[in-house]
Amino acid sequence: MIGPELRLTGVGKRFDWLPDPLLDELSFTVAPGEVLALVGPSGVGKSTLLRMIGGVDTVFTGHVTIDGVEAGVAPPAGFVFQDPRLLPWLTALENIRAVRPETGRDEAVALLARVGLAGYEQAYPHELSGGMQRRVAIARALSVNPRLLLLDEPFVSLDRALAREMELLLTDLLDADHPTAVLVTHLNEDAAMLADRAVVLAGRPARIALDYRFESRRGSRDAVEREHIASRLAEAALESVR
Amino acid sequence: MPAAAAGAGRGSWRAAPLELISLVLLLGTWQVLATLFPGRLFPTPVAVALELWQHLTDGKLLADLGKTLSRAFLAFGIAMLLGTAIGIAFGRSRLLDRLFSSWVVIGLNLPAIVIAIMLYIWLGLTEFALVLAVVLNKLPLVITTIREGVRSFARDFDDLARAYRLSFWRRMRLIWVPQLMPFVLAAARTGLSLIWKIVLVFEVLGSDGGVGFRISVFFQFFDIKGILAYSTAFILVVFAFEYLVLRPLEGRVLRWRRGGGQ
Repeated sequence: MIGPELRLTGVGKRFDWLPDPLLDELSFTVAPGEVLALVGPSGVGKSTLLRMIGGVDTVFTGHVTIDGVEAGVAPPAGFVFQDPRLLPWLTALENIRAVRPETGRDEAVALLARVGLAGYEQAYPHELSGGMQRRVAIARALSVNPRLLLLDEPFVSLDRALAREMELLLTDLLDADHPTAVLVTHLNEDAAMLADRAVVLAGRPARIALDYRFESRRGSRDAVEREHIASRLAEAALESVR
Repeated sequence: MPAAAAGAGRGSWRAAPLELISLVLLLGTWQVLATLFPGRLFPTPVAVALELWQHLTDGKLLADLGKTLSRAFLAFGIAMLLGTAIGIAFGRSRLLDRLFSSWVVIGLNLPAIVIAIMLYIWLGLTEFALVLAVVLNKLPLVITTIREGVRSFARDFDDLARAYRLSFWRRMRLIWVPQLMPFVLAAARTGLSLIWKIVLVFEVLGSDGGVGFRISVFFQFFDIKGILAYSTAFILVVFAFEYLVLRPLEGRVLRWRRGGGQ
């Protein structure tokens, strides 16, 4: 089943400790089944936007809707945080079932197997490596809502080999389920690898420096093409600060 | 399966023989000292054990123990419940904490004996006064421990709960209570050790029975064997509680911490 449509209309956000608003009258749409990469420097407001879409942050102006329903009251998205954020007192299996009690044991076992963790159901987070913990976090997100995934820097603090492994896993999942997904990243290469489209944010309040829909399908891009996309995104970010 | 999971729980069993050796060492030291300095006021462990057996079979030991333990557990239960509730409130509300933190500081530093004497004067030498005095002595310690526990809650987990729309009760059960449990157990352990001592002192000060009361009677006759026999019985109860209740409970509640933790 294809994912929902996301629509952000005139979104604004201000923090007391910042002289200027972080976001102001920002609007864009994510089509059903599209994987959008939100790219930009640290502090530009990417994660804040993701929290708004996920219904974690509900104090802002404007509207964020998921298939026409305000994000704060819409069914939860599959949210993958920057860190695995597993509850350390629960096993991998329990972590999945904790966020969605309706998930049956067999279903949770199957989800763990899907992310390559068959046999680790009863392992506590401290018994898993960093990469394995992130896999559990992805399985947990899939259990809640495989149609809408919100990925907040899912490869941050992973070494390159592990990040590559996670990219391949996510690519498989995105290709299989066709969810709508928003990927927040400060690495243009990640956007070039996983996304269908990238929105480059820059400045304060953040504005869209580039809205770039990639020509080729994400699975078919070779290294040269990914390099080209990453360069284009970097140029846009650079131009925006000139 | 990772080895850590399979190996979980072995640590406590490995430590058990050492703890047993430690006790034997203590008894041995006692025996050697009692042999080196023989006399009516320094009985050997064997003599104390025989005295203990005698009090157990034809004395008032069980009744006294029952009285003291019921007072201790009643006070412990009330102090833990009240202290946990107040500690959570103080941890969540800065206003409440600021308003009443000086009360807690006073409570922490007021000598236990002062509270007991004041309550005995106001309320008479009653069971209620004794239990209330113990509760008031223990309460500030529970409040401060729980308050620190609440303050140390990871805010990241609140975001997780919001993102996945967890209900209040699920947040309570899955996120808050597990974070609070190490602090509750710490408060229980330190609190119990405090309560055992306070109850006995207050029983000496004014009660009609209990281990403390009986020890004060023995004291009047310089009956050191009786004092040590009662103390040993009390220590045995404390050990039983530690090894049969507290440690298994701790092992069960905190089993996720074995082998590391985040």
